[in-house]
Amino acid sequence: MRDVLRHHLFWPVAALVALLVANTVARPSFLAITVRDGHLFGAPIDILRITGPLLLVALGMTLVIATRGIDLSVGAVVAVSGAVALSHIASSPDPESPVTVLTAIGLALALCVVLGVWNGFLVSVLGIQPIIATLILMTAGRGVAMLITGGMITTVNSAPFKVLGSGFWLGLPVAAVIAFGVFAVVAFVVRRTALGMLLEATGINPAASRLSGVRSKTLTWTVYTASGLFAGLAGLLISADTMAADANNAGLFIELDAILAVVIGGTALSGGKFNLSGTLVGALVIATLERTVTVLGISPLVTPLFMALVVIAVTLLQSPRMRERLTAARRRQIAVPPEPQPAASPDSTEVKAR
Amino acid sequence: MTHQTAPPVVEMTGISVEFPPVKALDGVDFSLRPGEIHALMGENGAGKSTLIKALTGIHTPTAGTIRVDGVERRFTGPADARAHGVSTVYQEVNLCENLTVAENIMLGAEPRLLGGLNWRAMRRQAAVHLERMGLRIDPGSSLGSHSLAVQQLVAICRATVGDCKVLILDEPTSSLDTDEVAHLFTVMRALRDDGVAILFVSHFLDQVYEVSDRMTVLRNGALVGEFVTADLPAAKLVQHMIGRSMEVLEAAEEVAEQAERPAGATPLLQVVGLGRKGSVQPFDLDLYEGEVVGLAGLLGSGRTELARLLTGADRADVGQARVAGKATRLRTPRAAMGHGIAYTSEDRKGEGVVDGLTVRENIVLALQAERGWMRPLPRKQVDELVAKYIEQLGIRPANPEALLRNLSGGNQQKVVLARWLATAPKLLVLDEPTRGIDVGAKAEIQKLVAELAADGMSVVFISAELEEVLRISHRIAVMRDRRKVAEIDGGGATMDQVVDLIAGGGAA
Repeated sequence: MRDVLRHHLFWPVAALVALLVANTVARPSFLAITVRDGHLFGAPIDILRITGPLLLVALGMTLVIATRGIDLSVGAVVAVSGAVALSHIASSPDPESPVTVLTAIGLALALCVVLGVWNGFLVSVLGIQPIIATLILMTAGRGVAMLITGGMITTVNSAPFKVLGSGFWLGLPVAAVIAFGVFAVVAFVVRRTALGMLLEATGINPAASRLSGVRSKTLTWTVYTASGLFAGLAGLLISADTMAADANNAGLFIELDAILAVVIGGTALSGGKFNLSGTLVGALVIATLERTVTVLGISPLVTPLFMALVVIAVTLLQSPRMRERLTAARRRQIAVPPEPQPAASPDSTEVKAR
Repeated sequence: MTHQTAPPVVEMTGISVEFPPVKALDGVDFSLRPGEIHALMGENGAGKSTLIKALTGIHTPTAGTIRVDGVERRFTGPADARAHGVSTVYQEVNLCENLTVAENIMLGAEPRLLGGLNWRAMRRQAAVHLERMGLRIDPGSSLGSHSLAVQQLVAICRATVGDCKVLILDEPTSSLDTDEVAHLFTVMRALRDDGVAILFVSHFLDQVYEVSDRMTVLRNGALVGEFVTADLPAAKLVQHMIGRSMEVLEAAEEVAEQAERPAGATPLLQVVGLGRKGSVQPFDLDLYEGEVVGLAGLLGSGRTELARLLTGADRADVGQARVAGKATRLRTPRAAMGHGIAYTSEDRKGEGVVDGLTVRENIVLALQAERGWMRPLPRKQVDELVAKYIEQLGIRPANPEALLRNLSGGNQQKVVLARWLATAPKLLVLDEPTRGIDVGAKAEIQKLVAELAADGMSVVFISAELEEVLRISHRIAVMRDRRKVAEIDGGGATMDQVVDLIAGGGAA
């Protein structure tokens, strides 16, 4: 039991289960999955589908955070990706042709890779702080998307492209299959090659890594590029879902959701050790949370507040200091005379000052 | 100038400071009289800064008394110490570059007016203090616009605001040029003549001799003695600082046998005129297989800087390097690794260990980095390699999955060594591999170095402890003031000879 409680995935999984229970209580049919036209339907399947894009973005974010970085531009990259793909399809004479769709996908992903390379260049070659470097593209990217769409919300009809967003494959949503598939492949590569270890070494001690011959700059550059690529793929899934290229709102705040997913999953923002399975659970928690809001009938006006409360609860439960306090409080209840806390706060500030 | 009769303004007796299990200071006595410049001398880790921190209340002594002006005190921190007339100026200027000179000087003692600040009075008062320092700068200018030397003087200026009886200057000259040092010394002498007691810490011997009246020497946390500067020759001082801990000497066998080098052999690494501006003057050095070359010199003499140029950790801006006779450029650590050159930094925590990874990951890090991420070492080979080095170097705990941060300093050092040995280097550059580790581990590492050389590896060995360098090296390069000043045969060299070279007297 102790080991279960200590496991790094315990609290994120507990949060996920709690959300699912809350949903089932509010709507007993919540977990029911039905088969319609050979496709699976139901809230859990829906959650998998909306987890998809977020999972991809959070995957790139985890790798970037492992190197002590952060990528704020992913939301803008999502918008650019959708804008490029849909604009290309809209301007082509034959929007239904697979060639057009594949070209659109290729163009969008290629541009997103370039954007990722740009971020990596700013961070690893010019040495700009990651938060500033990616803030540039976070703001500029939406402008680029706007330029591509000409400031209009382009709606497109293209059956082959739409499959990405709302199609099914072997009964499962294509968006989920792609995202979870990419995630699995990347996680496998990272942990089976030495990539994970070298990324962690770079994040924990860049100077020692450099002296040990680790190509830290190249690695850093690579993770930003990967982050751009994954965000671009997420952008395709999102735009195929709505079939509208909205430069202003596509992927809005997805960078924050992704960072949250990483943090809920137990990867520290200070870099180093990272935890992809945690990120997976974190992304599922956030997607379920979004779903919960509608199931519980919470007014859209207060949705952000509700989500914030849940996130605060999860992160508090994960904080080592908070856990220490909780165990201390429990111990105090057992010990009979509750001794007065001798000047707890000055003590803790002193520790911090050192 | 020294007021021999005046009672000491600071008197510390029997001061001990412990960071279990280490005793950083062990029963040290120290006294400071008004109107003197008193140098605190000692190598790295001797306990100089611990003593200063014990005085200013940053560290709490476990034993001993501190009297300031005859009253026993334990300050709660630098602010408290300053309120009682004990001010400290640190090596790195601890000021706000974005504020004006006047604001920096008067910070914490700002003249007030109607609940706000009296800016005009602040500038006026600051100007008076600057005048006293002989600094002619606009108090309203921003501090960041001035040179480091001026900032240093402003920091001293700030320290003397209010009733300053004791001024502690920790390495104030390390980033100043000759003229700036001269100006600083003028200011220091003026303050001394005003009756201020100045505690001066510097690694530059000539500066210490130029400006100080008395000195206190510490070694390994213990007091060596208090001396009148004029009565203590430089060579004697160096001996006091470095010490001759004979028991360590005898703990390991004599290892420095003359290596048999065939005449006309090609050096493994040959550098000619290699140098880097602001780091180390151009130097020549030949390194042969099976030979240990020791680098001797005081802290800041350029030992580390030289090693960093040899290993690509820093990039040289002049000079040539030849590996096995072929010209090459050691631009990055990775490039050097490609030639079989390995480097362990003196800064074990900052540049050596990756403390969040395990012993296993730390040991294979360099080898894996060399192979690239796409070709992971087979798990079986990793386990064998890690088991081999844990066994060979006696790494404790002998658990490959232990996080490195949970190991002691000595064991962390062994892991870093293992990381490099795993790459099978031809040249191993060890910068202070034995610093801060216990005597047993020290002897093991020395023995290992001798064995590696006997097996044909070329080793560069840097240590602040001279007897260690003397015992282990076949050849010794002596560094002084960022220059290689001599190269002597390790077998025949005596301690006195090397000390003379380091101190700048004798043959040099």
